[in-house]
Amino acid sequence: MATRLKPVDAVLVGFGWTAAIIGQELTDAGLHVVALERGPFRDTVPDFSPTQIQDELRYAVRKATFEEPERETLTFRNDAGQTALPMRQLGSFLPGVGVGGAGVHWNGQNWRFMPTDFKMRSHCEQRYGKKFLPDDMTIQDWPLTYDDLEPYYDKWEYLCGISGKAGNLNGAIQEGGNPFEGPRKREFPLPPLKRSASTMKFDEAAKSIGLHPFPCPAGNASQPYTNPLGVKLGQCTYCGYCEWFGCANYSKASPQTTILPVLLRKDKFSYKTNATVTRVNLDSTGKKATGVTYVDAQGREFEQPAEMVILCAYSLHNAHLLLVSKIGKPYDPASNTGVVGKNYAYQVSAYVDVFFDEIVNPFMGAGALGQVVDDFNGDNFDHGPHGFIGGAYISMWQTGGRPILQHYTPTGTPKWGGGFKKALKENYLRSSSMQIHGGVMSYRQNSLDLDPTYRDIYGNPLMRLTFDFQKNDLDMEQYVTDRAVEIAKAVKGNRGYNVRARTGHYGIVEYQTTHNTGGAIIGDDPSTSVINKYCQSWDVPNLFVMGASAFPQNPGYNPTGTVGALTYWAADAIKSRYLKNPGALA
Amino acid sequence: MKRAMILAMAVAFAASAHAGDFSELQRGKYLVQAGDCESCHTDRNGPRFAGARAIPTPFGTLYSRNITPDPATGIGGWSDEDFYRAMHEGISRDGSHLYPAFPYPWYTKLTRDDVRAMKSYLDTLEPVRQQIPPNELRWPLNWRSLLSVWNSMFFKPGEWQPSNDKSAEWNRGGYLVEGAGHCSACHSPKNLLGSVKKGDAFQGGEGENWLAPDLTGRTLGGVSEWSIDEIAQFLLTGANDRTRASGPMTEVVELSTSHLTADDAKAVATYLKDLPNGASVADKKTADTSRDTTRGRDLYIDNNCAACHMENGSGQAGIFPALKGSAIVQQPDPATAIHLVLSGSRAASTDSNPNRFAMPPFGGKLSDDEVAALLTYVRSAWGNRAGSVSGSDVRSVRKQVAASK
Repeated sequence: MATRLKPVDAVLVGFGWTAAIIGQELTDAGLHVVALERGPFRDTVPDFSPTQIQDELRYAVRKATFEEPERETLTFRNDAGQTALPMRQLGSFLPGVGVGGAGVHWNGQNWRFMPTDFKMRSHCEQRYGKKFLPDDMTIQDWPLTYDDLEPYYDKWEYLCGISGKAGNLNGAIQEGGNPFEGPRKREFPLPPLKRSASTMKFDEAAKSIGLHPFPCPAGNASQPYTNPLGVKLGQCTYCGYCEWFGCANYSKASPQTTILPVLLRKDKFSYKTNATVTRVNLDSTGKKATGVTYVDAQGREFEQPAEMVILCAYSLHNAHLLLVSKIGKPYDPASNTGVVGKNYAYQVSAYVDVFFDEIVNPFMGAGALGQVVDDFNGDNFDHGPHGFIGGAYISMWQTGGRPILQHYTPTGTPKWGGGFKKALKENYLRSSSMQIHGGVMSYRQNSLDLDPTYRDIYGNPLMRLTFDFQKNDLDMEQYVTDRAVEIAKAVKGNRGYNVRARTGHYGIVEYQTTHNTGGAIIGDDPSTSVINKYCQSWDVPNLFVMGASAFPQNPGYNPTGTVGALTYWAADAIKSRYLKNPGALA
Repeated sequence: MKRAMILAMAVAFAASAHAGDFSELQRGKYLVQAGDCESCHTDRNGPRFAGARAIPTPFGTLYSRNITPDPATGIGGWSDEDFYRAMHEGISRDGSHLYPAFPYPWYTKLTRDDVRAMKSYLDTLEPVRQQIPPNELRWPLNWRSLLSVWNSMFFKPGEWQPSNDKSAEWNRGGYLVEGAGHCSACHSPKNLLGSVKKGDAFQGGEGENWLAPDLTGRTLGGVSEWSIDEIAQFLLTGANDRTRASGPMTEVVELSTSHLTADDAKAVATYLKDLPNGASVADKKTADTSRDTTRGRDLYIDNNCAACHMENGSGQAGIFPALKGSAIVQQPDPATAIHLVLSGSRAASTDSNPNRFAMPPFGGKLSDDEVAALLTYVRSAWGNRAGSVSGSDVRSVRKQVAASK
């Protein structure tokens, strides 16, 4: 029997980036807000403190701060002909657990989507014709535009203290920035990070073949920074332990380093840790959420009544909660009807490792320290001759030179023994890797639903993921990988390169790009989307859903920047319109 | 209900008043904050002002009183006069002497009006029924009657007397520093009987294994070298471009000094800047330039200190304290620097400076000899001039810190 708690104005499911933003904005508007986080509390000290070793085995290999599949998992299959099985290891995506969520362990690679990314279907149909797109491709336009989101991208970037160089200021292309980006109103809050030797070699090579390299916008502070909330970030030390680690130096933008110092001081905000939400509760009409039910670490069940419910969990969990709470019509791939679980998409990633004749000190790194070209991303090139849509960025990252997972040896090197050691010694200081980070479209056959067989410890059916790479996306990835090889060949003093192309079926255990999208997509039609343009449920107007579950398809970029901007956009609509007149906003 | 109405009326009145024209309740609240009453009178995670916080002293452990208006266990039955006598003379309602861990030797400087305002504010608090554990003092100090002897030796009741040849700002600062703020209670050396040594006031004091730094200019990098604005900024936000509050001062900033008005913070700074200079002790221990600091420098740079405090000791302005020119680093007695390295510290979080930056504890990572080598380097690098630190210095602080936990 659930214990009924005192009602609050808004309950947030999860306490990562989106919950921190919503919590901050709604308490500013005078609401009492409580966040329910399934994991523990974490803060820079003591959890990521420099007094403990940044232990790669513990954090990167054994994934200490991520979802533990022995506690929570999902079932997976490549296609509907297979039987999905529960996954005992996750590598392809790494949901964060604990306060701060995946914002604790991200690299800080912070992007705006391009204007055409928001009009993917209509833009491609217009440019290449309706027949250019395969029948099973279910991509949709966003119900909002880049221009709608621009002020919120700006707000997010200034919250985080993003280090970068503008490529397009109010329509004027800027030297040294990304010429393909949408117009931004002002420069980044901080200048780009210092470059590593490898990224300088990439920059030179890319320019020599007519491409347009620029520094990745980074959530790693290049200088000390004070954000508009008065919260300060220290300067990045290039220690090379961002990816999969918490930052020890208050330098990586995370909820802990940008919002929580202010939010946690507020009397109107509270949070509970080790509180796993198991369902959203509805009233008898099924059109109003009354709150959520959660289970604490001791297995006790609580009901938290609330005037508003805001799902701020990992994208897959948002969709899962909707399905187990029976909110919205589940998607049926056979008839292509229903919405919840529709348009799940992943990303596609390949690598070209480059071996230099000079030492490049790979251990000096930062999560988003990298030079990138966007010449083959989105619709920045003519897809007509190629027969696919979408694209990828090519980046030379210098995220770090960790001993276990971040070193490169030429193809054919033995995996162990004397030959391996010799090759490692010869190449560790003289190699780096390019990534081809590509978008994946949405398809009828790739979707989420509830598993018919397997249940979690709370008795809910597990989420079932059905996904495989499709021809469009593999063709695109191969095309851009070939372009990356051209860059590798143009690197001065290169001793060779490895191509690690993306071929074959998708597997869930191998690390790739970690970015899941869809399942609770945004749209302007209730029959083809779960939430309206303000991230509000079509079916239950006092329920909002944040995060990348809203994306109708997955562009070539990392999602966090757009997740942040979309959250600010939704928070603004809630504050300025919904609270004055609760009800459907669209 | 009645209290809520009184408070509501007071707030309504204050809202209509001019800035600086405090109603009595608001003035009372302000002075209770300026006096940092909450700090001692609230147990860790306990109800505010309900007492029962253990106050370690060299003579044993005292437990703070419940100052909520609960009639049975708090000060609910106290008259204004009872309260004034406690504040002014250190005598409780039942006539017994209060231990001078309660800073009546400073509160005696407060005007009767201000003390009444503080009582008015305390009367608006939610009454909390909380019994206070008996004090754990060693014989014969558990005899309160001995306190009349102590008082006759070290205590003279009397309100603050303004100095006519000083500015109004200086006098306001003096009233706050010597009265409610009781700064010298921590920032002064004590004699064997726990009283501030005459003439040594503000020359730094020790408590709970922390050194409250000298404020008189005896040590390098101290408050006397700061500008008035830097001192005021430190009081209001817990940080300035030089340093950050650490140790017990963190709580003092959060509960007390950050609530001062900008004018009062400046007044306090003005008064502190004008303290008589103590005899300089810094030069007595000029760094031995021949000492080998290679190991200390390696420890400083390699994954311990330089990431935040920077290789050149500059820190990051307003974020991580500079160690170059730091008063804490260059104290003649390295105990506080050692304590900081071993135990770490959390920064004050205030409305205007919300970060809860923390220095992590290095005690589990570094050996006594490593801490000694590290601090020996830091105390002589970048122009710092303070004596070397030995492994046995670190060992003894480590023992004291462990014993106090």
